[in-house]
Amino acid sequence: MTAFSRLVEKVGRGTLQGLDEVGFAAVLLAECLYWLAAGRRKRQPVRVAAVFQQAREIGVNALPILSVLTFTIGVMLAIQGIYTLKTFGAESRVATGIALSVVREFSSLITGVLVAGRSGSALAARLGTMKINQEIDALTVMGIEPVRYLVAPPLVAMVVMVPALTMWAHLVALFGAGLYVTGQLQISFGAYVSQVVEALRLADLGHGLAKSGIFAVLITLVGVVNGALVSGGAEGVGRMTTRSVVHAISAIVITDMIFAFAVTR
Amino acid sequence: MNTEAPIIEVEGVVAHYGQREVLKGIDLAVDDGEIMVIMGGSGSGKSTLLNHLLGLLRPSRGTVRLLGRDINRLPAMELLELRRRMGVAFQSGALFSSLTVAENILLPLREHTDLDEHTMAIIARLKLEVVSLSGFGDLMPAELSGGMVKRAALARAIVMDPKLLFCDEPTAGLDPVVSSSIDQLILRLRDALGMTIVVVTHDLDSAFRIADRICVLEEGRVIAIGSKDEIRSSGSERVQNLLNRRSKEVTLDPDAYLRRLFGEG
Repeated sequence: MTAFSRLVEKVGRGTLQGLDEVGFAAVLLAECLYWLAAGRRKRQPVRVAAVFQQAREIGVNALPILSVLTFTIGVMLAIQGIYTLKTFGAESRVATGIALSVVREFSSLITGVLVAGRSGSALAARLGTMKINQEIDALTVMGIEPVRYLVAPPLVAMVVMVPALTMWAHLVALFGAGLYVTGQLQISFGAYVSQVVEALRLADLGHGLAKSGIFAVLITLVGVVNGALVSGGAEGVGRMTTRSVVHAISAIVITDMIFAFAVTR
Repeated sequence: MNTEAPIIEVEGVVAHYGQREVLKGIDLAVDDGEIMVIMGGSGSGKSTLLNHLLGLLRPSRGTVRLLGRDINRLPAMELLELRRRMGVAFQSGALFSSLTVAENILLPLREHTDLDEHTMAIIARLKLEVVSLSGFGDLMPAELSGGMVKRAALARAIVMDPKLLFCDEPTAGLDPVVSSSIDQLILRLRDALGMTIVVVTHDLDSAFRIADRICVLEEGRVIAIGSKDEIRSSGSERVQNLLNRRSKEVTLDPDAYLRRLFGEG
C-alpha cells in the first residue's frame, strides 16, 4: 500500500511539475509577443541585429548537415518506395509517394529534430549557463527585460528559419530521391520532376510548412524553459540540456501526429 | 550626511526560503552619499538582503524603498526606469561571457540611450580608465584575472552614472594588494561622482577601510549598526566575536547530539 501511494504521489508530483512548465512556457510566449508588439513604445525593443545573428546560427549554419541528412532520407525513401510498390507492380508511381511523404512529413520532421538537437539544446545551455553565472540577474538589475533580450530574438529567428530550412529540405530530399528513381526506373529527370509537381498540391506544401512553424515555437519554448530551470552548476546545465533535446523531440513527434490527425481526415 | 530622505529605506523585511525564515525583520536606512557596508558571516542573510534590495526577491513582509519608491509596488515600467539609475557589481562579476569587456560595458548604453557609437565608445573607454583597465576592452571575460573581472563589473555598473551602486563581495577571493586597490576605487567613486554605495562583504579589513557606517547581520537580524568607531567599541559579544574572528561557542547537549546522529529529529 505504501509503495502504491508513493507511486501515486510520484505521478502526481510529476504531473504538477509538467503542468507548471507548460504554464511557464505559455507565459514566456505571451511575454515574447508582448515585447515584439509593444517593445519599441516601452523603450525595450527586440533588436533586429540579434534576430539576424540567431537566424544565421539556427538557419544558415545548419544548412550543410541538413542537406546531408535530407539527401540521405530522399534516397532511402526512393529505395523503400520502389521495393514496396514492386509488390503491386506499381513502381512507376513511386514519385507520387515520395513527393507526398517528403513534403507532408519527412522534411519538417527531420528539420525539427535537427534544429532541436543543434539549436534548442544550445539555447538551453546558454540560458542555463547565464542563469548560474548571475548574468540573467545582471540583465534584470540593468533594466533590460531578460525575456525581451534573450528569448524573443531566437523565437523570431526560429519561426522564420525552421520553415525556410524545411523548404530547402524538400528540394534536397526530392533531388536525392530523383537521382535514385531515374537510375532505377530508367526515366528522365524531367519526367520525374513533372510527376512530382503533378502529385503535389499547395495544401500539401502548407501542411508541412505549418507544422514546421509549430515545431519552431516548441523547440524555442522547450529550450528556454529547460535553460531557465537550471540549478546546481555545470552538471545542472548538462542535465537540462539533455532534457531539452529529449522533450523537444518528443513534443515534435507527438504534435506531428496530432496535427496530421486533425488536418488530414 | 545631509537632511534629505534616505536613499534606501528598508522596513521590517522578513524573507523565507521555503519554510525557513532567513531575514527576521530587517530595518535599515542608507543616506545620500554614504558608503554603507553590510557585514556578516556566511549564512547571516547578507546576500539574501542584497537580493531584496535589488528587487530580485520579494519579501514575505516589509517594504524596500529605493530613491523614495517602493520597489515591490512599482509598476513594471517605472521599475525599469529606476533600475537605469542604479548599478550592481555582482560577486562573480556576471559579465556576459559571449561579449568582450568593452561590449559588456557598452550594453546598458546601447539599450538605454540613443547616443551614437562614437560617443558610447568614448564613455566605455572612460569607465575602463576609471577602473584602471584601459586597453583591456577587447578581451573576453574568460581571459581576465579575478581582480580584473571585479573591476570590469564595476565599470559596467557605473557606466550609466548611477545614483546608487551595489557591490557584492567586491574583494572576495583577491590578494590584499588588489583588494586594497578596489577599496580605493570604491572610495574614489563616492568622492568623485557622489554615489551612494552599498557594499556587502565578509572582509573585515576592507569593510573598515571604506565604510561610513557598518551594518552587522547575524542569523537574519541586524545586531549592530553605526559608524566604524561605534562598531569597534560595541559592547555586544557577538559583534566582538565577529571582529576578532572568534567562532561561536557551541555548547553540546549529549542527548540532543545522539538524537541527531540517529536521525530521530
